[in-house]
Amino acid sequence: MLLAEITDTGLAALTYGIGALGPGIGIGYLVGQSVQAMARQPEAAGMVRTTMFLGIAFVEALALIGFVVFFLGQA
Amino acid sequence: MFALHFPPLTHITHWPDFALKNTPFGMNKIFLIYMLAALFTILIFVLGNKKRMVPTGLQNLAEVSVEFIEDGIARETMDIEYKRYVPLLTALFFFIFFTNIFEIIPVFQMPASARIALPLFLALAVYLVWIGAGIASHGPLGFFKHMLIPPGVPVGLLPIIVPIEIVSNFLVRPFSHMVRLFANLLAGHILLVTFTVLSASLWTAKWYAVFLPLPVFGVIFFVAFEILVSFLQAYVFTLLTGVYINSAASHEH
Repeated sequence: MLLAEITDTGLAALTYGIGALGPGIGIGYLVGQSVQAMARQPEAAGMVRTTMFLGIAFVEALALIGFVVFFLGQA
Repeated sequence: MFALHFPPLTHITHWPDFALKNTPFGMNKIFLIYMLAALFTILIFVLGNKKRMVPTGLQNLAEVSVEFIEDGIARETMDIEYKRYVPLLTALFFFIFFTNIFEIIPVFQMPASARIALPLFLALAVYLVWIGAGIASHGPLGFFKHMLIPPGVPVGLLPIIVPIEIVSNFLVRPFSHMVRLFANLLAGHILLVTFTVLSASLWTAKWYAVFLPLPVFGVIFFVAFEILVSFLQAYVFTLLTGVYINSAASHEH
């Protein structure tokens, strides 16, 4: 009985899933460190927040390139 | 099991022309969104141009918006004289924000950035602007030396570093700039359509309709999330434009 089958769509979905691991950890670490920085020195909160958004943009771009790869890999 | 059929992706991204069909100037929903967003952006520039010293009403709105860009984005990211780039950043931010916000407006419900044409051309325009700003500031040869040779690198490592810097600065930057905006908006659109299709098919189901509050709550939550994402993606695009222009044109030594 066929329980699972490797197809193009399945491989593409797996590709995206593995590709979303790194950015998940990265964004979590980044926001955690920036919250800690804002708590240590509240008067620097504005600058830390702007740099946090910048960092999130760079890291999230990798996850989204993976998302685009999913659509390219579909049949 | 549920006999759910998700519509093929072309149904939610390719819209039929509603005027001037079968000509190269055919107008569809995406065109209408572009025109409306451009109209609102031009409105901000026009309304801020009135000369009352103490602004009131709509002029106040336009001035607050421009101050948000100038203090929040331009002053934060640019060491060079930033005032000449504020009009570009304002136009970019508000145009992208208005094309994104049409995702949640009831009749349209389509983010125009989910078709790759808009992010492609905006990223290309920003690419040309920061290369031009860098060449104007350093001279052609000085610009490439500034971008490709980081300070304090031993000369023996340069054959490795320079190709990496070429790929990272001149190829990956505009590509990632474009893909970030495009994929975020497309993903949000697909998410909203998924929950809506699920709600619609559960509405006409037999007893599965008891699960109906879940996708409806999902749609409500994701509409709120999409408002945040629309603003954030426009903000990040404009922020990165400022950062790229700064990295190209600044004299740091």
